[in-house]
Amino acid sequence: MTPLRRVAALVVLAALPTAVLVVFFVVPVAGMLGRGLVVDGHLDVGGVLEVLARDRTRRVLWFTVWSSTVGTALSVLLGLPAAYTLHRLRVPGVRVVRAAVMVPFVLPTVVVGVAFLELLGESGPVVRWTGLELEGTSVAILLGMVFFNVAVVVRVVGAAWESLDPRPAEAAATLGASPARVLLTVTWPQLRPAVVSAASVVFLFCATAFGVVLTLGGLRYSSVETEIYLLTTDLLDLQGAAALSIVQLLAVAALMVLAGRLRPREDVRVARVRARPRRPRRGDLPALAATTLVLLFLAAPMAALVLGSLRVDGGWSLAHYRAVASAHEDTYTGSSAGQALLVSLRTSVDATWMSLLLGGLVAIVGSRRSRSRAERRVRRVLDGFFMLPLGVSAVTLGFGMLLTLDSDFLDLRDSPLLVPLAQALVALPLVVRTLLPVLGGIDDRQRQAAASLGAGPWRTFLTVDVPVAWRPLLACAGFAFAVSLGEFGATSFLARPDDPTLPVVIYRLLSRPGTATYGTALAASVVLAAVTAAVMLAVERLRVRTWGAW
Amino acid sequence: MLSIEGVSVAYDGHDVVSGVDLRVEDGEVLAVLGPSGCGKSTLLRAVAGLEPCRGRLGWDGRDLARVPTHRRGFALMFQDGQLFDHLTVARNVAYGLRVQRVRGREAAARTEELLELVGLAGYGDRMPATLSGGERQRVALARSLAPRPRLLLLDEPLSALDAGLRERLAGDLRDILRGAGTTALLVTHDHEEAFTVADRMAVMREGRVVQAGALSDVWREPADAWTALFLGYARVLEGPAAAALAAAGGLADPGGRAVAVRRSALVVDEAGRLSGRVRSVRATPVQTRLVVDASTGHDGLPGVGEVDAVAPLEARVRPGDEVRLRVEPGRVAVLG
Repeated sequence: MTPLRRVAALVVLAALPTAVLVVFFVVPVAGMLGRGLVVDGHLDVGGVLEVLARDRTRRVLWFTVWSSTVGTALSVLLGLPAAYTLHRLRVPGVRVVRAAVMVPFVLPTVVVGVAFLELLGESGPVVRWTGLELEGTSVAILLGMVFFNVAVVVRVVGAAWESLDPRPAEAAATLGASPARVLLTVTWPQLRPAVVSAASVVFLFCATAFGVVLTLGGLRYSSVETEIYLLTTDLLDLQGAAALSIVQLLAVAALMVLAGRLRPREDVRVARVRARPRRPRRGDLPALAATTLVLLFLAAPMAALVLGSLRVDGGWSLAHYRAVASAHEDTYTGSSAGQALLVSLRTSVDATWMSLLLGGLVAIVGSRRSRSRAERRVRRVLDGFFMLPLGVSAVTLGFGMLLTLDSDFLDLRDSPLLVPLAQALVALPLVVRTLLPVLGGIDDRQRQAAASLGAGPWRTFLTVDVPVAWRPLLACAGFAFAVSLGEFGATSFLARPDDPTLPVVIYRLLSRPGTATYGTALAASVVLAAVTAAVMLAVERLRVRTWGAW
Repeated sequence: MLSIEGVSVAYDGHDVVSGVDLRVEDGEVLAVLGPSGCGKSTLLRAVAGLEPCRGRLGWDGRDLARVPTHRRGFALMFQDGQLFDHLTVARNVAYGLRVQRVRGREAAARTEELLELVGLAGYGDRMPATLSGGERQRVALARSLAPRPRLLLLDEPLSALDAGLRERLAGDLRDILRGAGTTALLVTHDHEEAFTVADRMAVMREGRVVQAGALSDVWREPADAWTALFLGYARVLEGPAAAALAAAGGLADPGGRAVAVRRSALVVDEAGRLSGRVRSVRATPVQTRLVVDASTGHDGLPGVGEVDAVAPLEARVRPGDEVRLRVEPGRVAVLG
């Protein structure tokens, strides 16, 4: 192919995702930032600085930094032994457990918030058994963050640990190194890039956590993300929100550049020996014990949630579930929970095909080998560009869409595709990160061999790329589906008042006083969690190694 | 002294090593020779304590069953070196020394000594990624030797290298092992390598040892036809053909046993006692290789189709020619 045609092919493939990202991401976010920065027609930098100098802003920034740091440290500490146990040892039922550990990561934040309220609330088991009142404390927020992100550590580090060539460690052992010494001098240096990469992603997720901080933090604690939400919706202080958004955007961009540098570059083309999981020995007891603790910690809030949803007036009953199933429209939430579930499912289907289409195109563009330095640079810029949604507050995105898509020439405000599109953008980075290594891992010589045997580009794609990529593609579909099912930040702005998704309904039910509606919220949360978990278990069955390879 | 008694290793309920008995005396190099997949590397890993096994492994009479790998003092050198890529060459070599708490000047001196021994003096500060394949294997050897292991385990140490380098390094390896009086167990599929490096050898096939003994014994009397062919003999003759060949070579009557012949066992010679018709001719740098139909002529080998033979380069032999053949007795083996 001539250089010109290569560039043309690149442009054609990248055109659609780029256009979508510009219209539905860059424009809204820029519009949102513009509202805050431009006052009366001129740039008001002083106003932004004034916002940053506020006492409350400084408190919010400080809380975000320290809570994310501690949350990250705890997640890594708990995740490492679990990664080892679940990916290196042969324990009965390990595959089911591995899938179960992944479920929290895609659980809707609202559901997790509710579950922790059940667990830590006044009448919850923690207060009753230990007397510890954690509701509304920073500890509760940290627990919530760890709950979500242990899965990330287990996934990223576990995958690296699993594919670690066992022979250097064996060589060290034959040179007299004890297991502890092997771990420290051989395994850890090999594993470090994966751990650092996992930690930086977890930090990112902690720092932009929205639902958990909003539901568990009460009024006392606010992170940058929830503060943006409060400033925008309650205080209508767009300048303050814009200032915080800029800070967040810059910090996240810096972090992502760092994470990209540290991302382990496993050369998938090199044939390596992979360790067979082995039966646990006595030396594995600490890891097994720690893993059991992690599992209990992950199970506790979910158990509390299920139990709470079954209790009515001191007895056991399915009344809350009947309320979810009834088509009776609630005047307060504007919908019945059952109806909202249908809306959620429909929306998620749309979001899934959108993110797959966009993510697939981006992955194809990113995985092709570059012939020149300029071409490589273009691909790298595109890659970074499509990672942006990972780092921008979903709240900023949702509110920005609300503001900019309402104009005369771009009236999409009432389009039924707006909510799925926003959710697809949120899921996009995860889809790209899963597909890219798969397509990039195909040895280019395979395609060259196909071409030399007379296959055209299309046939080469069908016979070389597709057989390798269809499983990861299916896994991505499930992943995107689950993420969009639980998406709350952007959806809470964009969902039409009479057509809310289930997470939005749960949040509305929660904000209204009354035990009956609270019970319905619990039951609806269980239903939502069950659907999400089912999707994730199906994804896990596909055994795609790169999913979660951020 | 290493003793292996009735050792078996199973993968997924299927024995890949079954009932192996071997001994390695102090200061001796034993080569375990076998085709890929015969279980020889698995046996080596079991000796290192990296695979659970049945049977008895002992060192100087003491059972090793409950001794973990890192306390056995058996250094294992992998086929592809397995250098620690995050450490310099010197740190790689000194790894076992640091484990033994040998540090500072003493460790530096020993490291330098070993790098010199393997011909890499001054390479200490290089990173493994900058080395060639042969250099990596030399470093791996130095690393394995540094902590003075009781037993050195070599897993196809030269197989990943190209032919010329392999031959040269095999010689170096023999000199280094002899010089240090190292006790070693070498696993390889290359009989040339085994002959160059080892004192004794054991031939393995499908998980079992088919023959073990001194190099020359195994070489002169392969246990069976398979072993002979694996050791590089070109053909195995049986029955009357074997008897006729032995008689022509002035050897004792094999008495019904089969006879293995090297490619160069039959030489074109006017005074030879056998005859045959040349089927094909191929020139090599040192001699001409022939395929001869020995079943025709009146002095042929009864019941045998084609055999290999060689002729000096200057001999003008063409397909279809009748030639006379002399038997080189040293290149013929009577099977045990």
